[in-house]
Amino acid sequence: MGVAPPASAAVGHPTTPTSNSSPQGGGGARVSSPISPRRRSWVGVARPLSPRRRTTLAILSFLIPLLAWAAVSYVPFLWHPLVEVTEPGDIAWMEPGMRVPKAAFAEEVASAKTAGTAEPAGRPANPVYLPAPHEVATAFWTSLTAQPTQRDAIRLPLSLWHSIQIIAFGFLLSSLIGVPLGILCGAQPTLARLTEPVIEFVRYMPAPAFGALMVAILGIYDGPKIAIIVIGTFFQQVLVIANTTRRIEPLLIEAALTLGARNLRLIRRVIVPAMLPQLYRDQRILLGWAWTYLIVAELIGTSSGITFFITQQARYQHFDNVYAAILIIGLVGSITDLALAWLGRRLFPYDRSEA
Amino acid sequence: MNSASPVVSPVVLPIEACDYRTQCEPVRARFDKLKSREVALRVEKLTKTFAKPDGGTTVALKDIDLVTHRREFLCVVGPSGCGKSTFVRILAGLETSTSGVVSVEGVPVSGPGADRGMVFQGYTLFPWLSVLRNVAFGLEENGTPRREAEREARQWLALIGLEAFADSYPHQLSGGMKQRVAIARALATRPRILLMDEPFSALDTQSRARMQAYLIEIWKKIDITIVFITHDLDEAVHLADRILVLSAHPGEVAELIEVPVPRPRSHNQALTPEFRATRARLDALIHPPKDEAEESVAPDVVTRMTSAGDEVE
Repeated sequence: MGVAPPASAAVGHPTTPTSNSSPQGGGGARVSSPISPRRRSWVGVARPLSPRRRTTLAILSFLIPLLAWAAVSYVPFLWHPLVEVTEPGDIAWMEPGMRVPKAAFAEEVASAKTAGTAEPAGRPANPVYLPAPHEVATAFWTSLTAQPTQRDAIRLPLSLWHSIQIIAFGFLLSSLIGVPLGILCGAQPTLARLTEPVIEFVRYMPAPAFGALMVAILGIYDGPKIAIIVIGTFFQQVLVIANTTRRIEPLLIEAALTLGARNLRLIRRVIVPAMLPQLYRDQRILLGWAWTYLIVAELIGTSSGITFFITQQARYQHFDNVYAAILIIGLVGSITDLALAWLGRRLFPYDRSEA
Repeated sequence: MNSASPVVSPVVLPIEACDYRTQCEPVRARFDKLKSREVALRVEKLTKTFAKPDGGTTVALKDIDLVTHRREFLCVVGPSGCGKSTFVRILAGLETSTSGVVSVEGVPVSGPGADRGMVFQGYTLFPWLSVLRNVAFGLEENGTPRREAEREARQWLALIGLEAFADSYPHQLSGGMKQRVAIARALATRPRILLMDEPFSALDTQSRARMQAYLIEIWKKIDITIVFITHDLDEAVHLADRILVLSAHPGEVAELIEVPVPRPRSHNQALTPEFRATRARLDALIHPPKDEAEESVAPDVVTRMTSAGDEVE
């Protein structure tokens, strides 16, 4: 398609090519191509960026949303649909700190002007559910260090610790059965066919749907919460790990067979080590999924952990604390993942695929 | 390069007055000695058919008969698709035959076993084990305690000259070194037969020549029968006592050639009449002349798109 259509006269006969013969051609004219030679492609085989660029871009990826948030919070003409009352004047229903829609405020100002009573004063404000960055930062720090003001409230670190325990316990329990079963399914087609179809079926049932059932069986405390994490993780885990097992280089297994490795020893000495780097990556991803089930799990029975903290603070309209708690979940998750990635590179130096 | 004269001479033997079947005295004596040794590997009426997705069957191997004697070096060659890989995988027990019997020293083969070592085309060292532990792997799997297995593995590493790399990991080795370790690993369990499926085809020309020399040295020092699959005909003539030539569709024995090139072999022998005669015979068996004529490129196939006076040739 890209080449000039062969002129019928050219077949078999040396002729000068169509119209555009460039003058600088030595022995014969250069054939020019109709395609423009310089077209940059932004997409291609992904090459690693330079370390400096990587760091800069990583910082930017956090900075851009943060700047957007700060802009909306601090630049008064950006959004700010409400007015925060600083001085109610003679308006009976207004109180300092109250957030009023702009239109309603303007109406009251106008009517106060005509009536000659004291005008209310206020400044543009965002809704209470969007606190400014510095408010969240302060809340973040105080919720980590100080005792909360409400009597029945639990300190954030304590509720977080409870959540981490639920996750760890649920994930461990799921892995204890899910990992060996996944490996066996991947290594043994008969077993795979016997278990995987039903697991595939159950996988599509949302874990939270089992909530009421789990409460009936396991009571209202930590039992059902752990069960939700297990249900949410286990079925995915078996399928993901079975697939990872199936992707092992078959030559490695064949080599081991010719060397006399059999059955469980083959699994222990070849299949598991061969898949270990990928298994480790799978577990990291699955752990991330377990976190997503946490919030729902903690709402079941008696609300507990970080979710209890979040719902309670939201009820008091302490949205800065809510954001702080959500950020902490993100932080704990990311830090765990980074630590596990670092550990993985240490554990599997022979594994060259990107962690 | 000019294809104006089609090469369709029915007799493809070279001009030299040398038949690949003529053996000089030392070579004949060698073959007599070889054949007087006990049978190491016997293949009888080996057939392998594959089911095609449309319900039909493909015959990959048909009625292969073969007898090799202890300490023979057998090469298997054939056009692509002749089933030479399938053949060696059946010998290794990694695939089952449809019918026929494979027996090693009189014992029928069922499944992979330590009496047959295998070296694969790709790199199959276990990346999570050190070189030493890789070589010790087979011994440990067959019940040797770890310490003893490692001591023995060290001796094998000494044999292939890689003692210094005992504690290295496979990803730190070059391709040739990896295949040397793979050979040592396959030999460590003391198999009767070493099966090699194009083991050097991933290597560059120099490393391959060096590996061939290594292999011959190992073969001379160890009581082992080698079945070596290759698509490199020079390699086959250089290494083999006998060459099993398979034809394609179905894979049948075309000929079992006794290589008349005397031992010890060197790469200088590539110019000797025996070598060239054998090589020519292999060429004739594997690339029948008519195929070549079909594939040749006629000059007017490609339309000219350059201007006159700008010729490159």
